[in-house]
Amino acid sequence: MASDTATPLRPGFADPTLNAQQVFRRLLEAMAQPGTLSELDCPLEPPRPLAPATAAAALTLFDGDTRVWLDGQARSPEVETFLRFHCGCPLVADPKAADFAICLAWPQDFGTFAWGEAAYPDRSATLIVQVERLEEGPGLRLSGPGIRETAEVAVSPCPADLAPRWAAMRAEFPLGLDLILTAGRRFCGLPRSLTIAEA
Amino acid sequence: MNTKAAGYNYAYLDEQTKRMIRRAILKAVAIPGYQVPFGSREMPMPYGWGTGGVQVTAALIGPLDVLKVIDQGADDTTNAVSIRKFFAAVAEVATTTATERATIVQTRHRIPETPLREGQILVLQVPIPEPLRWLEPREAETRKMHALEEYGAMHVSLYEDLARHGRIAKTYDYPVLVEGRYLMRPSPIPKFDNPKLDRSPALMLFGAGRERRIYALPPHTRVESLAFEDHPFEVETWEARCRLCGAEDSYLDEVIVDDAGGRMFVCSDTDYCNRRQAAQGKPNPEMLGGKA
Amino acid sequence: MYVAVKGGEKAIENAHAWLAELRRGDPALAELGVEQIVQQLRLAVDRVMTEGSLYDPELAALAIKQARGDLIEAIFLLRAYRTTLPRFAAACPLDTARMALKRRVSATFKDLPGGQVLGPTFDYTHRLLDFALAAEGAAPEPAPEAEPDVAGTLPRVTDLLAGEDLIETAQSAEDEERHVADITRESLSLPAGRDLRLQMLARGDEGFLLALAYSTQRGFGNSHPFAAEIRGGQVDVSLVPEELGFEIEIGEIEVTECQMVNQFLGGEETPPQFTRGYGLAFGQSERKAMAMALVDRALRAAELGEESDAPANDAEFVLYHCDNVQATGFTEHLKLPHYVDFQSELSMLRRLRAEFLAREDSGEGDDQEAAE
Repeated sequence: MASDTATPLRPGFADPTLNAQQVFRRLLEAMAQPGTLSELDCPLEPPRPLAPATAAAALTLFDGDTRVWLDGQARSPEVETFLRFHCGCPLVADPKAADFAICLAWPQDFGTFAWGEAAYPDRSATLIVQVERLEEGPGLRLSGPGIRETAEVAVSPCPADLAPRWAAMRAEFPLGLDLILTAGRRFCGLPRSLTIAEA
Repeated sequence: MNTKAAGYNYAYLDEQTKRMIRRAILKAVAIPGYQVPFGSREMPMPYGWGTGGVQVTAALIGPLDVLKVIDQGADDTTNAVSIRKFFAAVAEVATTTATERATIVQTRHRIPETPLREGQILVLQVPIPEPLRWLEPREAETRKMHALEEYGAMHVSLYEDLARHGRIAKTYDYPVLVEGRYLMRPSPIPKFDNPKLDRSPALMLFGAGRERRIYALPPHTRVESLAFEDHPFEVETWEARCRLCGAEDSYLDEVIVDDAGGRMFVCSDTDYCNRRQAAQGKPNPEMLGGKA
Repeated sequence: MYVAVKGGEKAIENAHAWLAELRRGDPALAELGVEQIVQQLRLAVDRVMTEGSLYDPELAALAIKQARGDLIEAIFLLRAYRTTLPRFAAACPLDTARMALKRRVSATFKDLPGGQVLGPTFDYTHRLLDFALAAEGAAPEPAPEAEPDVAGTLPRVTDLLAGEDLIETAQSAEDEERHVADITRESLSLPAGRDLRLQMLARGDEGFLLALAYSTQRGFGNSHPFAAEIRGGQVDVSLVPEELGFEIEIGEIEVTECQMVNQFLGGEETPPQFTRGYGLAFGQSERKAMAMALVDRALRAAELGEESDAPANDAEFVLYHCDNVQATGFTEHLKLPHYVDFQSELSMLRRLRAEFLAREDSGEGDDQEAAE
């Protein structure tokens, strides 16, 4: 792309205050009741390749106080302009320094992000992982806080070795990462407290 | 969006502050029972009067919510009235006294008797969030104790009660263990309410404004009140029943009725009591909800 | 028959109406104007701005009026307002060497460039009630003005010491990229850096800091300070907007600065030199600035390898308890209803007493005591 071409800027929330409040409640539901899918309920047309749910989570949670890392697929002038303008968040090159990450592909290694410290496990990254499809039903079997017994959610794509990788991270609890999965307008929370098995 | 309280943002807090609190809430939910530090703000009510709960509620609340605020179980205590009025003004939100109609219940010192359901959020005001504080006044030390799961001192302290008094003398703010990992202070609810924390279908958020901490219990989280095998956890019981509604299963307040030692007991949860009275044909306009 | 207490809302409204009436006082008397408070109760305004963390004399005066002169209440009002303001940028460090001085005294040198400037101080006033002030009188004669000895920059005493390398250099200038903490937006975590400590002390309660500072002089803390310099006057505030990339002045404020110096005999890697305790307050708040400087230095005892077991050396104790808005809220919250917890205690106490008396009746109590 020619460097002197102005990068087009997509609009953010129509009502920044109320839309952020609505989206936060959806994110809170997703995180507090993993496996229950929640759905974005305000209009949003973010820059490609961000899904509306991904962009909505970013607009709700990112600002000048959060360092954000974008994976290779998410990194584009349009996305960066969108985040810089609407969120004012610093974009960082080192995933270890990030409070949030937008991953359009599943990260190969959860260990490249900060898992927090023993005294401050909250000083850890939250990954927004965008996938193609999220459905309630057979796929991953989730159990833990927020779930009465077990919940099932179908995620695609999903790495074949997610369950053992997650288990390895879960063994380090309370250290770990929290994931917000997004697809289209849907959210699914995967907090670190979960146990994940393949259903 | 501007509100009736001209000059202030919707729900009083500016958007940046709300984001900061929202991020802290999400981390709190992800690590049940762990106290997340947050940049608590000065609120237009004093520290110690519910500023933590008010900030959590302000970060949650939207125009579609229905808010209930209680203090000591009652909707009509002055501090509850004051907080309810605040949100009715700054968030233009509907308020109610009916527990089952509320989407958010902010409370000080009680959990309602009416069982909460999935989708409801209980916001508890917390004065001192650290369960180990009376055993160790230093934050630097208690942080370490949580990191290392060093909770022996708490068991020893409860055991000392047993040795001295034959029973655990702790009556409120009774410590709990969350999902077998974090020791947590449930806020100064009577231990009568502790069983309501365990596997509750509602989300519970705890806000400590002055101490700048937020913590959470997601729905269905295992919450165990500390006890010993030969001294299981037990809650308060009364020989009396509520004088107004006859309830035998609710937490009772003792009311002194004369200066000759006369007393009676009534439900601390006014909504619960009013509903039971209404069901018995004693109409009470107080139970009807609506805009404050 | 018992009737539950109702009408909380009405009671609150009535209480507030009464408060408003008392605030105004006798309507036959002239109402106190905010501008009068700004001008004539200026030191109260300065304290409220300092501990309220907001430089705005009119709003501070309004808060004092609204609070009926209760300064902690006024500080609280100002803080609650401040918290709703967006944060645009961080200012550049104030250059207090370039202060338009009103006052400048040093206890360490008899004379120095620029001389001693006494300024509008209570020092050396004889504390005799001036009954003439009670009567309405004419405005005082204007005070004589002297031409300043030195125009422009008046070096700070600590700069003169620094020229000889006799005093440590303050660290902040070394690394401009370092993130400076902001206690109004972050939670205090320990160990707290000096930036956070100074911010907490700057908005800390004057009375609390005064008592702590005093304790260090009486042996609770091993501090032998000299007031190298106390200066007060107007300084420029400037910042570098991101989009401009260069410094611009946005206004000026009045501040009081105190630099205490303490002897330090040196450590393994540091030569003997003077160390600093620093105090800064809005307006003319000299007692506050001096107390702050002493407590700042006391909080550095451990870092300098000195004995550090006095209350004023204990960062967690000092920082967690110096904020009067927090302290007053929590202390006063005890007047809120606690009857649920009290009921819980009451029934436990009755039960324990019944068990105790039963043991005593059966003579068991004595055995138990003997066994312990």
